[in-house]
Amino acid sequence: MINLPVLPILIPLIAAIVLLFVSKSVLAQRVVSVIASASTVVSALILMAKVKSDGIQTVDMGSWPAPFGITLVSDMLSILLVLTASIITLCVVLYSFRSIGNGRERFYYYPIVQFLLLGVNGSFTTGDIFNLFVFFEIMLMSSYVLIVIGSTKIQLRESIKYILVNVISSAIFVIAVGFLYSVTGSLNMAHISARISEISTEPIITVLAVLFLIVFGLKGAIFPLYFWLPGSYAAPPAPILALFGSLLTKVGIYAILRTYTLFFYHDQPFTHDLMSLLALLTIVAGVIGALAYRDVKQILIYNIIIAVGVLLFGIATMTEESIAGTLFYLIHDMIVKAALFLLGGIIIYIAGTSNLTKMGGLIRQYPALGWTFLLASFALAGIPPLSGFTGKLLIVRAGFSEGEYVGSIVVLLSSLAVLYSVVNLFMEAFWKTPETPLPDVKKQTGSLFIPAAVLVLLSVLYGVGTEAVYPYVMQAVDTLIHPEIYIDAVLKE
Amino acid sequence: MKTNDVIFQTVAKVVFFMIIFFAVHLFFAGHYYPGGGFVGGLLTSGAIVLLMLAFDMKTVKQGFSVDFKWLISLGLLFSAGTAAGSLIFNVPFFTHAYDYFQLPLFGKTSLHTAMLFDLGVYLVVIGVTMTIIQTIGESE
Repeated sequence: MINLPVLPILIPLIAAIVLLFVSKSVLAQRVVSVIASASTVVSALILMAKVKSDGIQTVDMGSWPAPFGITLVSDMLSILLVLTASIITLCVVLYSFRSIGNGRERFYYYPIVQFLLLGVNGSFTTGDIFNLFVFFEIMLMSSYVLIVIGSTKIQLRESIKYILVNVISSAIFVIAVGFLYSVTGSLNMAHISARISEISTEPIITVLAVLFLIVFGLKGAIFPLYFWLPGSYAAPPAPILALFGSLLTKVGIYAILRTYTLFFYHDQPFTHDLMSLLALLTIVAGVIGALAYRDVKQILIYNIIIAVGVLLFGIATMTEESIAGTLFYLIHDMIVKAALFLLGGIIIYIAGTSNLTKMGGLIRQYPALGWTFLLASFALAGIPPLSGFTGKLLIVRAGFSEGEYVGSIVVLLSSLAVLYSVVNLFMEAFWKTPETPLPDVKKQTGSLFIPAAVLVLLSVLYGVGTEAVYPYVMQAVDTLIHPEIYIDAVLKE
Repeated sequence: MKTNDVIFQTVAKVVFFMIIFFAVHLFFAGHYYPGGGFVGGLLTSGAIVLLMLAFDMKTVKQGFSVDFKWLISLGLLFSAGTAAGSLIFNVPFFTHAYDYFQLPLFGKTSLHTAMLFDLGVYLVVIGVTMTIIQTIGESE
């Protein structure tokens, strides 16, 4: 089947269309959503096995050969991310049954989630820079709807900020693509890469690199472009927040990783030093936020920003080891952030508030929830043998061997801050004696807890089974370090 | 005082058909001349909006007893289905097919599956435009 790379994009699209037809029946929507998400996961698994055995898979859409048509390229990096995104979406859909509420379910919640997955999977898979823009827009428009659906006052206020920032960043994206097109005369990413390496000494390439960093930095929340994120992400309910926190910023990071390994690797002393500096400032900004707040949502949201900083530092170091670390950390962070936001959602649902000072003593009634949350917290901080460890270890080691001492130490110290912030959250919510004693009646959280626990289990397995994941990640790193592999696979030379 | 817009309503009835015909013409011309599903759809919804201005929402709804949101889904299904048809023939996604046919009235005509894709675009554009206008028009 030559169309295999299309399936993780096509299945959510078809599912979304079918869901639009059956929007009246909540039951039908749930069934179709689960079937569609599960088959997306299965198709991604099959595609991953294919990429592992046969190398990079490409589809020239409409049978037009590579630089002229749109090419979908599934290399190991993109399929790993597509698989992770699909699994997270499946868990979030299952979690939504109980938590999202009937009003939202009737108002096109499930189709929009499928459209979001379509945009995310498409962004990971496309091999055309303008097509990347289009998939970004699909993803963003779905996220506009998701952030405002339910239309509470805070959601309306924050959605205006969110839409404004993203409309501006999309406009800059179009301008940047226009510049790139006028310089290289191509939109196919492999072709652009080949063209750029012919004129790599031109300063306009560096200008373009910085322009793209600004664009993707706005999407991926890098210092000083992260200002919109804490407010906007606090507005929607937990499952939507889990989707945003684990997928949206990571697509920005993926785009930076892709463009900086494929296009802009020629003027590294300038671009990568800039990126490294921004990465460290991002970590510091995230750490300050994570330590300052006493609110479940805000602590977790600022942890997104810290992770973005760590990932960006890994990209900026740009050795084989650091890129491998970045990939390990990227996948780990997607899974564990989704798990943490889902668990945080349960905590907020039980306590009836997201304010830490007002809750406490949950461990007595919800021991499983408590220990799972602690496990996820340790994974987030990168305690071996859990999943965050390998990625950070590789990033830090690469940083030290490249002489980036300050950066590596900042990354290490940031782990302490992450650990402190989430364990503090755990202590406050679960250990502390509450001001008002908890009601004796236990709230039913089973159907909420299982999808979140599955993600935590996945994260633990990912950490313990690093050895098994290693060959996959190294295959992805190989393509990133040697862009010729990617170019040859697409242009078939 | 009740306004009397008999001239407006009479003219609208005639002009409505002129606009619709022009829209259909633009839609079918799209492959060889400027036009296509997007302008065709916009113009069609322009014609319906003209009727809404001349009469009122209720009357127009009786005339077009379709749910425009349903039209969006149908259009998406057409477009995605045309592209996904290539899966059955095991050719790359979005591959189109065309051929020349001898039709009774039109003579030698080229038929292209891109037209089906465009039909989807046409329906989605009508659906989206009319849903926006209707929703804003009906909200108090």
